Amino acid sequence: MNNDKNLYCIAATFNTPDEIINAAKKVSGAGYTHFDVNTPYPVHGMDDAMKLKPSKLGFVTLVMGLAGASIALLFMYWNISVDYPLVIGGKPYFALPAFIPITFELTVLLATVSTVAAMIMLFFQLPDNKHPLHDTQYMKSVSNDKYGITIEAIDDKFNETEVENFLKKLNPLNIEYIYFPPVETYPIFQPKFLLLLAGIALVVSGGTYFSLNKLMFMTPFTFMMDQDKLIPQKGSELFADGFGMRKPVAGTVARGFIPYPYKGQVNPTEVLSNPFLPTKENISLGKEKYDIYCSPCHGYFADGDSRLNGQFPNPPTLHSQRARDFSDGMLYHIMTNGQNVMPSYESQITRDERWAIVNYIRVLQRAKNASDADLTEMNKEAGNNVAN
Amino acid sequence: MSQTDFHYQKKELPASLTKFALILLSIGVVLSLIAFFVDRERALFGYLVTYMMIVSIAIGSLFMVALEYIAGADWSTPIRRIPEFFSKLLPFLFILVIPLLIFNHDLFHWAHEEAVAEDKILQGKAPYLNITFFVIRTFVFLGLWTLFYWMMIKNSRKQDTTKDQNLTTKNIRLSAIFIPVFAISITFTAIDFMMSLEPHWFSTIYGVYFFSGLVVAALAAITLAVIMLKERGYFSPWMNDDHLFSLGALIFAFVNFWAYIAFSQYLLIWYADLPEESFWYLTRWNGSWAYISILLIIVQFLVPYFALLTQPSKKNPKRLKFISVWLLFAHFVDLFWLIMPNMNSMKDGYTFSWIDLVFPIAGVGFIILIFIMSYKKDNLLPIGDPKLKRGMDFHL
Repeated sequence: MNNDKNLYCIAATFNTPDEIINAAKKVSGAGYTHFDVNTPYPVHGMDDAMKLKPSKLGFVTLVMGLAGASIALLFMYWNISVDYPLVIGGKPYFALPAFIPITFELTVLLATVSTVAAMIMLFFQLPDNKHPLHDTQYMKSVSNDKYGITIEAIDDKFNETEVENFLKKLNPLNIEYIYFPPVETYPIFQPKFLLLLAGIALVVSGGTYFSLNKLMFMTPFTFMMDQDKLIPQKGSELFADGFGMRKPVAGTVARGFIPYPYKGQVNPTEVLSNPFLPTKENISLGKEKYDIYCSPCHGYFADGDSRLNGQFPNPPTLHSQRARDFSDGMLYHIMTNGQNVMPSYESQITRDERWAIVNYIRVLQRAKNASDADLTEMNKEAGNNVAN
Repeated sequence: MSQTDFHYQKKELPASLTKFALILLSIGVVLSLIAFFVDRERALFGYLVTYMMIVSIAIGSLFMVALEYIAGADWSTPIRRIPEFFSKLLPFLFILVIPLLIFNHDLFHWAHEEAVAEDKILQGKAPYLNITFFVIRTFVFLGLWTLFYWMMIKNSRKQDTTKDQNLTTKNIRLSAIFIPVFAISITFTAIDFMMSLEPHWFSTIYGVYFFSGLVVAALAAITLAVIMLKERGYFSPWMNDDHLFSLGALIFAFVNFWAYIAFSQYLLIWYADLPEESFWYLTRWNGSWAYISILLIIVQFLVPYFALLTQPSKKNPKRLKFISVWLLFAHFVDLFWLIMPNMNSMKDGYTFSWIDLVFPIAGVGFIILIFIMSYKKDNLLPIGDPKLKRGMDFHL
């Protein structure tokens, strides 16, 4: 007996699993509560022999599983259904079946990872490199082929001689006293340690500098940078003019950008003819675009009543005889080319939309200057509609 | 607790059980015959549901036997005779399938030549879906099942007297061949007898779906028989909580597997939303079918899941017995839900009829009777099996 040392436990080792089960039964039967069994592999029936209560680990799994399920569901609900509603594949915002796989995965992930983490950290209390059983003869034998039991000194019934006699009665291979290891201190600010630290810092920074600034530009590592390809905005030795990027062949027309042949002419001698019939769809497209682009200056009914309150000179009405005598192509030319103060709308309004606006202007002009014949025609149509 | 001094003494089943089974069977058969003349189409569909139920229990039991051999499990060795008894149903399927083959015209739309002539899709499927090939497939699969049943059970029974360990090795080899045969044959059986009822529809996971359900049904039948026998002392004194826990855990696992597969099938069809696939689920959402669809989720997944979630509940014989009966009912509802909405008169909703009840009655009587028949010929424990002692001493 060594009294300067602090006793942790008394340990006994056995040869067979049957003996250790018997020993565990005896020890738990004698009323000891702070004891543990160490075996090289799980021995069946040990829980009952040690009178262990069912593990509480299951609750960690349950709680974290429920947490995973609700986090996943609420997260997706908030993101996709509330905060930034997204229609995906024509499904409703809260598309529960689509959320199930992710909910399932997160449930399983949180449940399993936290179970393992809780088992290791909360229940086994690892990592712990100061445990008294470390590096003892006892631990070496029970992690090989022996079966051991330890009765800890903190047990209420613990009494050195009593426990030793008790364990001896079980016919163990041997009995071992295990003490707490002496508290060791590790002074870290020693010159040796500081030198080591400085050395590591030097090696790491030097290595980083070397690899980023030197190694990267040595032969095998430059293969990715020096490829035989054209880089935008860079010169090239491949072409005679030294440009990397090529110009399109002369006369190339970009998609959707058919050039206008009378561009820049103030009084063109000839103009295009209208390729669109004034169908209902075409006129309604024309109305839509007219209301957007033309009506601010020309007014909704082409009367020249600007809504800009004099910030811009008012254009003349489009119901004048001159404007009504313009051909369709001339109206198109004015929109495309601009006239007087009016700028070109070529870049804002597409070709087809400009023709649609022409058709709509014709509708406005005819409505403002309707003849009696138009009225009879309209009534006839209305009559037909009623008859239908 | 070592059981080295255990000696097997055969104990007969009570005569009242035979009487009970005979009464159920005779009532069921008489009512079934009446039902057949009252409404032939409905009776045939009802018969098909019960037939698939018997197929599930029979082939699922043989699968559990093979699984024990191939996995080298020893906890289930003492109760292996229960699935062996149930798999005796397999040879009887040759007789049970005959009404379905004779009246194929009432069941299968693709069996109508005039319908196929007008239908391009069915013409494309005709090389597979035609009566000759259908009958050949059916008998080939039944023949294979019976062959494996006969070989494996013969070896197992022979071991009772010879105590020859090589017979276990032989059965392990047979099981290794049987498992892929089983996988392929139940896939085609599910396609032939259930999926082809709606020949325009297809689902590649259908075979796995049927597999997941049939294992649950077979495990439930085995567990029910084990607990009924245990309660009457047939398995004393060796059977402990850990045997029940293993059965309960297997049931729990396969209940989850069923939900996983069923949801996988639903999710893909729901997400793609293709008319040629989604109409199958929409049929099962017509009228009162919607309630049965929701009921299926509750009966087959939610209730058994929560009932078996905790560890003590898997060891509780009363709860396990209840859940076994419940899951047999659940698998019946599952098959009912798969099969019945294909009836032309039931497309718009389920209407109750007494005909739905008569075939299960006859089926239960039949299964119990076959169980008693095989029990009489055989020992309840595989007394020659080298793993028996270890299985009895099984502790988790």
